[in-house]
Amino acid sequence: MENSEKTEVVLLACGSFNPITNMHLRLFELAKDYMNGTGKYEVIKGIISPVGDAYKKKGLISAHHRVIMAELAAKNSKWLEVDTWESLQQDWIETATVLRHHQEKLEASSCDQQQDSPVLERPGRKRKWAEQRQDFSQKKSLEQTKTKGVPKVKLLCGADLLESFGVPNLWKGEDIAKIVGDYGLICITRAGNDAQKFIYESDVLWKHQNNIHLVNEWITNDISSTKIRRALRRGQSIRYLVPDLVQEYIEKHSLYSSESEERNVGVILAPLQRKTAEADT
Amino acid sequence: MNPRTPPVYNRRHPFSPQRYRPNRSTPVAQTRAHLQPSSPQQMQIRIHQILHAVECPTLGSVLGGTVRSNERSAHPPWSSQSGKRDPQQIGRVAAAASVNVPDKMKSRIPVVLLACGSFNPITNMHLRLFEVARDHLHQTGRYQVIGGIISPVNDNYGKKDLVAARHRVAMARLALQTSDWIQVDPWESEQVQWTETVKVLRHHHSELLRSLPWKEGLDQGKVDSPGPAAVPELKLLCGADVLKTFQTPNLWKDKHIQEIVEKFGLVCVDRAGHDPKGYILGSPILQRYQDNIHLAREPVQNEISATYIRRALGQGQSVKYLLPDAVIAYIKEHDLYTSPGEE
Repeated sequence: MENSEKTEVVLLACGSFNPITNMHLRLFELAKDYMNGTGKYEVIKGIISPVGDAYKKKGLISAHHRVIMAELAAKNSKWLEVDTWESLQQDWIETATVLRHHQEKLEASSCDQQQDSPVLERPGRKRKWAEQRQDFSQKKSLEQTKTKGVPKVKLLCGADLLESFGVPNLWKGEDIAKIVGDYGLICITRAGNDAQKFIYESDVLWKHQNNIHLVNEWITNDISSTKIRRALRRGQSIRYLVPDLVQEYIEKHSLYSSESEERNVGVILAPLQRKTAEADT
Repeated sequence: MNPRTPPVYNRRHPFSPQRYRPNRSTPVAQTRAHLQPSSPQQMQIRIHQILHAVECPTLGSVLGGTVRSNERSAHPPWSSQSGKRDPQQIGRVAAAASVNVPDKMKSRIPVVLLACGSFNPITNMHLRLFEVARDHLHQTGRYQVIGGIISPVNDNYGKKDLVAARHRVAMARLALQTSDWIQVDPWESEQVQWTETVKVLRHHHSELLRSLPWKEGLDQGKVDSPGPAAVPELKLLCGADVLKTFQTPNLWKDKHIQEIVEKFGLVCVDRAGHDPKGYILGSPILQRYQDNIHLAREPVQNEISATYIRRALGQGQSVKYLLPDAVIAYIKEHDLYTSPGEE
């Protein structure tokens, strides 16, 4: 079968999505084209996972709005979906933990599929296996689907996240190692050279460089959420920078203002707070 | 005092304010809800400004006494929802005027923006040009943008990889489905020959003058007509790259450049790698009329070139979120841009 060699991949993007923009959505498209283009992977799903309010980032508005906007944005996509697990947690959750959660979830549902009789589950595929490989036992075909069957979760991000690995106390060293070692990173960047240099200068990233995919973004697409919020405060149009449904939602609920931008001012970002707390113990 | 007085302006006119009254069934292109006028009086003043764009001492006399300034249930004269006021809608229209000085009525020059180009295909960046230009002109306090026109170039322009005009027009139309102030005009594409930009400007300007509604609307009985509303100006909207092409030998006639900047005016939106101020300084004609050249800054750098889009499509890559979905669907349906173009 033509898919037997390819690893199935699920792209996971964590972030504030405050608000989600066309640029965020482009990251997924670029990553999918790139991964599929290598011939080694098949991207089957994209997950947008907005961060919880407990992250305490300046200007971060309530999670439920951010989730709704992400869902409106993903509405017209066949393969993107929004996951609310992270946003519903009481405390802030480290990215490595979110990755692990999604990987385990995939493994669990993959196991469920295999426990059912192959004839019932995805009949088209498994019946084909059974028919075409009549010399194989059922057990053997089960094993074959098992080894390739579990999709792998990979973290999708922009170069800013990759370079934030260098910010003191923001990431735990072991988390970075887990992210690039156990899962993998797909980093969309405009300045490929800078990103490569960054990888070169980090021992842990260098060690797992095969698991870090740098994808070049040829179109300068600088639609940062910060600029969107600024434009909104100044009464400027954000049309065509975010999906229409998101723009209408923002307008309808008057989501972003000078007041909302002042949220969490003076509050220490959750990861930094946690690092300090751990250092104290 | 009949609240059901029909609108002052011709309903069918493409640029009458009624057409640009935000329609709830389509996404509103531009609103600033947080700039809600703080009182019904303020609201009425702003609405009046949009409609008439003239200096006027009292609100009441111009609107024929149909609105008393203290009347809370007053509705805009053009409203077809007579008797039923939607504050949000009024607020939107009023807020679109973006006037900072509510108590004093200022005259704002109505402007229509015209963008000429290949639109091969139309992209989100093209659409952004209009939004950025409108924001910029409004911010000057001197203009009120009342419409936008996209004019795809004629097939005889002879540019490489130019798909048939009917497709480019259709795609632009799809892209503009959700815009309530920009429309596509196929006139240029339907001409027998390629038409110089200045001629396209002249054509649209005369069309605009021909269909001005104010000629019809001033016989409202007891109203002493205050005089004609300000004549709309037609301005050429372009990116900084087009401004640069003025320097290309033999591409533009000098007298055309002069007419464009002198008679019409230019709104030029920043683009990375370009230096519009430098281009102006480098050209005596542009320098002379630089007051008529508005340089708008795009706060969010967005380099979605149609060239790249064509290449990506040719290579089977995704262009989602760079163009409206409806345009992408059209491209797929008609098998456009399937072979990678040579640049």
